[in-house]
Amino acid sequence: MSDEPQVQEPEDNGASSAGIIATLAVAGMLAGLLLVVVYEATQPRILAYKEKMMKEAVGLVLQEPASFTTLYLVDGKLTLDLPEDAVEKDFEKVFVGYDEHNSPVGFAVVHNRAGFQDQVKVIFGYDPETGGMMGMKVLESKETPGLGDAIEKDMDFVGQFERVVAPLVGVKKGSGSGDPHEVDMITGATISARAVIRIINEAFERWDPLIKAYDHGGSKDA
Amino acid sequence: MGDLIWILISTVLVNNFTLAYFLGLCPFMGVSARVETALRMGMANIFVLTITSICAWLLNTFLLDHAPYLRVISFIVVIASLVQIVEMVIKKVSPALFKQLGIYLPLITTNCAILGLAIFQTNKEYDFFQGLFFAIGAGLGLTLALVLMASIREDAERAQVPKIAQGMALVLIIAGSLSMAFMGFAGLGSAS
Amino acid sequence: MRETTPKQDLFRGIWKENPVLIQMLGLCPALAVTNTVENSLAMGVATFFVLLGSSLSVSLLKKFIPGEVRISTYIMIIATFVTVADMSLEAMVPVVHKKLGAFIALIVVNCMILGRQEAFASKRPVGRALLDAVGVGTGFMIAMVMMGGVREILGMGSFLNIPLFGDNYEPWVVMILPAGGFLTLGFWLLGLNWWAERKKQRQKVLAARESSERRAA
Repeated sequence: MSDEPQVQEPEDNGASSAGIIATLAVAGMLAGLLLVVVYEATQPRILAYKEKMMKEAVGLVLQEPASFTTLYLVDGKLTLDLPEDAVEKDFEKVFVGYDEHNSPVGFAVVHNRAGFQDQVKVIFGYDPETGGMMGMKVLESKETPGLGDAIEKDMDFVGQFERVVAPLVGVKKGSGSGDPHEVDMITGATISARAVIRIINEAFERWDPLIKAYDHGGSKDA
Repeated sequence: MGDLIWILISTVLVNNFTLAYFLGLCPFMGVSARVETALRMGMANIFVLTITSICAWLLNTFLLDHAPYLRVISFIVVIASLVQIVEMVIKKVSPALFKQLGIYLPLITTNCAILGLAIFQTNKEYDFFQGLFFAIGAGLGLTLALVLMASIREDAERAQVPKIAQGMALVLIIAGSLSMAFMGFAGLGSAS
Repeated sequence: MRETTPKQDLFRGIWKENPVLIQMLGLCPALAVTNTVENSLAMGVATFFVLLGSSLSVSLLKKFIPGEVRISTYIMIIATFVTVADMSLEAMVPVVHKKLGAFIALIVVNCMILGRQEAFASKRPVGRALLDAVGVGTGFMIAMVMMGGVREILGMGSFLNIPLFGDNYEPWVVMILPAGGFLTLGFWLLGLNWWAERKKQRQKVLAARESSERRAA
């Protein structure tokens, strides 16, 4: 309801404007101080959790690689290192997974676009040599519970993304011709399912040339 | 460009601020008894939302990158002062417009839609133009919801409503039905 | 302002002047995040914390806050506690924090909190302000759980994630969607109005009977 409290005209209690400014400044400083303390105390845990979630997601869609690293898109090329004094979050990135012999097993890409309700954010892993998908996970979606959220919960649908080959084509469930590019849609959640397929195709088209151009040689010395 | 249009359509219809996010409920319940007032309130909202979006973008880009923990405080302080400045400017420049919007402007300060817009825009990491379209969409959406609600309530006045349903209960149930109707718009953004 | 007893300060906000169900304040969170009991509780606890902290600070500092800028100062205090709550929730229960999303920051504009500062905490001693905050905060939490309970039971067939009806239950998906929020609160109000009306009728009947008995005697 109306959140306007009953504001009475403030009585003039003789406070000078210097006094007012001083009070506000002190209040602001105290508030700032408290916030900095809490921020410093909570930030490590928050970041650790975010990193853990990202690691889990990358691990899942690349079928548990022995290790993985992050590649950044700098000047139209994927590189391991950021330019000097660059801010990490200003750059788009993909992840590359390696097996125990340090040979690359696949790339993981995050991409989003409009779904049924709002943006859908997906991470998927694939092998650039064959285009074969290795796994898919929906990171964020507000799709209708019980219908559109099947793109996260319907394991028949999610499981297909370990078999099919990009670029993908959505087909009605059970009407496929056995083509490796075909993905069975979900009955009752066609738009959400199609959104996932589009996301992957869009990302594939954009990143595949960049990923193919990336040279693993010498970049993995650890 | 298609991206911007999608943001606009989705915020007006699919993710309507009032009917899907419950933002700006206060004017929605409070000043939706007459279509005329609802329309003016909506206009005032579009105006303030647009300016807020620009300010939030400026704050995010130039100040808050280094101190994210000051986000909520600085948003609310800036919004409150902003509305007051806008009020003064309108009063000076166009007394006619002030007469139309005047009383609604202070009411808007504490309206959650304004802070909500600033925060959603930040969370969605919109750039300047995306934010602008988001704000206009949000404002149009609020106006649409307000006007629809007001026209239904004007008609409902002539109906015989049982005593226990009069007032807020009826308004909420109407809002629920409107919200359900708007669910039909879902999926617009991913058509074709 | 009318004088009240400490007991009144504490209990008034819980039911008789419940912020959501009677005063219609703080509707935005009561509708937006009550699709499950878990979310409702988390929101209730966060709001409770912010209200308690703000009331304590405002009541302690009331002598130093100049009347001209008191609303801005209150908002600043509230925003500080909200940010603390936001960061703490993200560190402690990241999954719930993600579900509540922007609505935690929006506690700042929960009119119920600012209203308590302006109407009560700024005028009363610290102890009373705390009692009032506890009462109103509890009342808010009760309303949140009433909303979340109905919506989760009907919309998902569970309570606090514990399934109630077995596999054959077809959930009413609409209840956990936004429309369900409006409808649930609407029907709660209908129910409460009906209850109040019935009580009034009964009292009337009782009074009439009493007076007729007296006349007969």
